[in-house]
Amino acid sequence: MKHGKYPLIATFLVPPLLLYVVFVVSPYLQAFQISTTDWLGYSAEANPVGLANFKALWRDDYVWNALKNNAILLALVPVLTIVLGLFFATMLNMGGRKGRAGVTGVRGTAVYRTVYFFPQVLSVVIIALLWKEVYHPSKGLLTSATNAVGLAAPTWLGDPRTAFWCVLAVMIWSNVGFYVVLFGAAMSAVPKEIYEAVMLDGANRLTTLRKVTIPLLWDTVQVAWVYLAIFALDGFILVQLMTNGGPNFSTDVIGVRMYDTAFGSETKFGYASAIGVVMFFLTLSVAVLALRMGRRDRIEYS
Amino acid sequence: MNRRDILRRTAAAGLLATPAAGLLAGCATGGGGDDGGGDSYRGTKSEQNPLGVAEDAPLEVVIFNGGFGEEYAQAHQAMYTDRYPKAKINHSATQEISKTLQPRFVDGTPPDVVNNSGAGQIDFNGLVSQNALADLGELLDAPSLDVPGRTVRETLLPGAVEVGSYDGKFLVMNYTYTVYGIWHSTKLFADRGWAYAKTWDDHIALCKQIKAAGIAPWTYAGIHPRYMSWPVISTAIKFGGPQVATAIDNLEPNAWRSDAMRMAADAWHQIVKDRYILEGSPGLDHKQSQTAWCQGKAAFISCGSWLESEQADVTPAGFDMTVQPTPSLGASDKLPFEAIRGTAGEPFMVPAKAKNVAGGLEYFRVMLSRQGAQDFTRKVASLTVVAGATDGVELPFGLGTVVKALDASGTNGFNWVYNNYYRKLERNLVDAACGEFFSGRIGPAEFLDQCQKGADSIAQDSSITKYKRAD
Repeated sequence: MKHGKYPLIATFLVPPLLLYVVFVVSPYLQAFQISTTDWLGYSAEANPVGLANFKALWRDDYVWNALKNNAILLALVPVLTIVLGLFFATMLNMGGRKGRAGVTGVRGTAVYRTVYFFPQVLSVVIIALLWKEVYHPSKGLLTSATNAVGLAAPTWLGDPRTAFWCVLAVMIWSNVGFYVVLFGAAMSAVPKEIYEAVMLDGANRLTTLRKVTIPLLWDTVQVAWVYLAIFALDGFILVQLMTNGGPNFSTDVIGVRMYDTAFGSETKFGYASAIGVVMFFLTLSVAVLALRMGRRDRIEYS
Repeated sequence: MNRRDILRRTAAAGLLATPAAGLLAGCATGGGGDDGGGDSYRGTKSEQNPLGVAEDAPLEVVIFNGGFGEEYAQAHQAMYTDRYPKAKINHSATQEISKTLQPRFVDGTPPDVVNNSGAGQIDFNGLVSQNALADLGELLDAPSLDVPGRTVRETLLPGAVEVGSYDGKFLVMNYTYTVYGIWHSTKLFADRGWAYAKTWDDHIALCKQIKAAGIAPWTYAGIHPRYMSWPVISTAIKFGGPQVATAIDNLEPNAWRSDAMRMAADAWHQIVKDRYILEGSPGLDHKQSQTAWCQGKAAFISCGSWLESEQADVTPAGFDMTVQPTPSLGASDKLPFEAIRGTAGEPFMVPAKAKNVAGGLEYFRVMLSRQGAQDFTRKVASLTVVAGATDGVELPFGLGTVVKALDASGTNGFNWVYNNYYRKLERNLVDAACGEFFSGRIGPAEFLDQCQKGADSIAQDSSITKYKRAD
């Protein structure tokens, strides 16, 4: 048995590793190289310019503006999504307490669980188009609702004061469902006796959530944090389809800037690669930080 | 391996995948090389074959599958194969020109004819500065296919060659002729007894009347507010003469802050101040605003002459859209009221490294023949750059008014090209400034300052090639 172990491992590992190197690692390395050139993307000619692209980036107000928006997303999207996700998951798993003993969700849990997951089933493109219509300034659901209660509706995506928050709301809406399911799954792995003990001690729901559920779910929350942080640094598809960074760059994010520089209003592939490289290091640092800061002792159930 | 490890590792994989989307843009710059020319197709030039087409050479044509569709192109290709029965045509149509063709340009194997248009259009500044386009000069001096005794150049409308020329070289064949103006419904105006105003003061008075009748005088594409830069610049050019446009095109210092631009911006600010714009317009895209206009919620809209075909499926019967020039500011205007912006649009190009450059040029000669142009106008209801090609073709109402407006404008017609030279300036920078201005968040002086700041940033960017427009 031991005899044939290494050929077998090699047969299974080498092809995927090779594919990974060719299609993931090599484009990465090449992007680093391209970011030090003035390549314009439609000829094979590219002159090395050293760090000129990065110097230009440093002085590019539009890039800084996009980064600022990404920073706000990074500060708000993970927190709000996780808080909402935890809240909904708690309600679905242990919200219903009235009457008999035992830990159950609120009435209609199965229905809610399905409904929350809907956005996850839809393609991001569909979500963007759907919400674009919801935000339609004269016929949109939101406008009609605001007008119905006698308030003047803003132009939502057409106004720099509201557009960014409208997009942020869609980001949270489209993500929450997945984390409800993720947290829900983690919660069902927590032994019921713990909750029963807590209930006997007379803790209310908030205390249970704070002192028992979250500590026991910490690993999952941490992973959610990393995922959402990466999402917040990206946000490209939603922004590009809903506002394309406008009005007046108020919803611009770094991914849109990169795309626009290469494929949109210009063909500066060298400069766009420099933006990509910066984005790579930002994402990497954010992920490492998120994992480091959240490090805690693990709790074994058995 | 426990759950945490698995989740962590997938998180790490996700982390790597996200920026990869952008980094993928970086495909090989090393490949390709200078293998163009070597095995390209060339035939012998003759009176019948002035461009030297190899008659059995295959021709690859890529069409932008947008408002005009692709059917018209297949008709042109049929005309080409009538002339060269041995030539095999490889036709394809896409909406994503830049993403589809970028690797092929890098690789040195681009198609022979590209209709570089739409939202996924490749920035011409980038293409021209990389010498990626073949010189089409030879085409202009070749005899027209079906107008005897004339060269192709002599069959084109004025301005058609200038738009596609960069530093004197004709590189881009713009096929359609587009008129930019202010549109209204003839029926609505007739029903209400309104008449289009020829001066700005009368225009404002009319707006007041329209608003009193419960209709918004104006709407615009708030998501693409650059549509409103067209009437503002047009007003300025009519006031100050064509050099207003030349200064903007050549990125001259303070071109956007000229007296004429100031006068025009001040005038247009009136429709913002007096709330003559349909509520919510800043949140509408071009299609939504045009539809609101077709539904009679607004009286005026700024657009190019593609409007009629773009709106064909939502325009009520008898709506009868009419295009008009921008109103004159006053008696001291350098150009008469009738002067309107007309320009060649819908760009076609032959890549420099195409295998069948001569075939590409010949394909353009087919398109620019009277028969090819008439067929196009009949199929897609749009004018072409071929002069007189609408004779004997029955035009839809709106296009009829376009032809009339062009005739009235005559030699007073004007144009600007900064949007071709520096795509980013119009698409991003002036666009954003227009959005602020027409939603009333900034005044006319700040509007022009913001445009000027954008133009200056292009002028100072040494990585962007600059072009000079001949006067």
